[in-house]
Amino acid sequence: MTDHAPLLTTPLHALHVSLGARMVPFAGYDMPVQYAAGVLKEHLHTRTKAGLFDVSHMGQVLVKAKSGAVSDAALALEKLVPVDILGLKEGRQRYGFFTDENGGILDDLMITNRGDHLLVVVNAACKTADVAHMQAQLSGCSVTLIEDRALIALQGPAAETVLASLAPEVAAMKFMDVRDVTLVGAACIVSRSGYSGEDGYEISVPANKAEELARALLAHEDCEAIGLGARDSLRLEAGLCLYGNDIDTTTSPIEASLEWAIQKARKAGGDREGGFTGAARILGELASGTARRRVGLKPDGKAPVRSHAKLFADAEGKNEIGEVTSGTFGPSVEGPVAMGYVPTDFASAGTQVFAEVRGKYLPVTVAALPFITPTYKR
Amino acid sequence: MLKFTAEHEWLKLEGDVATVGITQHAADQLGDLVFVELPDVGATFEKNGEAATVESVKAASDVYCPLAGEIVEINEAITSDPSLVNSDPQGKGWFFKLKLANAADADELLDEAAYKELIG
Repeated sequence: MTDHAPLLTTPLHALHVSLGARMVPFAGYDMPVQYAAGVLKEHLHTRTKAGLFDVSHMGQVLVKAKSGAVSDAALALEKLVPVDILGLKEGRQRYGFFTDENGGILDDLMITNRGDHLLVVVNAACKTADVAHMQAQLSGCSVTLIEDRALIALQGPAAETVLASLAPEVAAMKFMDVRDVTLVGAACIVSRSGYSGEDGYEISVPANKAEELARALLAHEDCEAIGLGARDSLRLEAGLCLYGNDIDTTTSPIEASLEWAIQKARKAGGDREGGFTGAARILGELASGTARRRVGLKPDGKAPVRSHAKLFADAEGKNEIGEVTSGTFGPSVEGPVAMGYVPTDFASAGTQVFAEVRGKYLPVTVAALPFITPTYKR
Repeated sequence: MLKFTAEHEWLKLEGDVATVGITQHAADQLGDLVFVELPDVGATFEKNGEAATVESVKAASDVYCPLAGEIVEINEAITSDPSLVNSDPQGKGWFFKLKLANAADADELLDEAAYKELIG
């Protein structure tokens, strides 16, 4: 998409405008960055009650094997992601990433086994490329971008109460469970997941029922609409990567500290070792490590340290060692938080480095991620 | 006397010393402030010099020195609680007091009516 193309809108666009959202261009869409309460209060509301996010700009993609067997679709997709998909049970979801020939990350995604097919959710900015990539590489499968559904994330400790007020059965779901649930009379696909570090759900809903569902959720006293601004500070406190900032084709999953997402079956000695794009580099790095790592960074002072701030080993700015990839003020942490890449020698928690901010070199401590304690319902 | 700049600073003039802050309009546009960096007392600035920095959750913004002069006092209350700038930008949320190099320079700034017209 060029800068001049008209912005796309989600099925909830009119709702955002009617709620007084400040709208901004994001990944080709006109999206709410914040509502009247503002980013700080929206963030804290999500951590204490429940926040409703429109994530309909993300791509929902069906991957179905021509044979009709989900195991064939799983084996096909395993060529593109270093994740155990064959072992993913029906009604379960898993995080993964597409890798390229050099072991770089093309996008990160969520994969669900829907019984007779896979449902893949990808980032808005990457979805056209991701669909083309899958269509070109998954010869035995049909790959279809779903155009007629919205995606709503409901996040926070009250998310269960809010959603169970419409469908009590969602309370029994565990983290990464995915179920068919009827909400406001519509056939929805509900996963117990999200990207805020909180317990919560993501709901795929037919586009023509999306606003009715959103309004029904917002009618609950604990639920408020939350914009992309708070979504970013929530995910950063939770230590979760934003594609295009923290991970991209120049970062490998091991450099990005995402090896937890590569299951045993795909590692050396596993049942289906390797066999994915970029496997040589990624398996090599799993065995012998990387020169740099993504780490949490806790600025010692009050000043936020933003993305692209340079990192130094010394307070004089002589020995440049890396760069901040995401940084903001963490409303729950009540101080600045950041992530970035540093040489492996500097990657242990407690190591002091310095970030360049407006010509000064501010002390920053390498910190364990996440910055908050996740409340996923395992 | 209250004066304004097109960059959304306000000045309250008392003799040749101006109390300076950002306008309600600017505070509303910036959103919740989480960090304020003020100049040192004794620092001197030219007109439109970068005198202070404010950061919201989302981004950093510069606050310009509206006229040439010397910083004679700063409001440390806003560095310990930046939300004062959001709640009372034209009162408790003032930034610094500036001894003007030339008090007559203030004449070229906007009055309240002209500023209100500017922001619509």
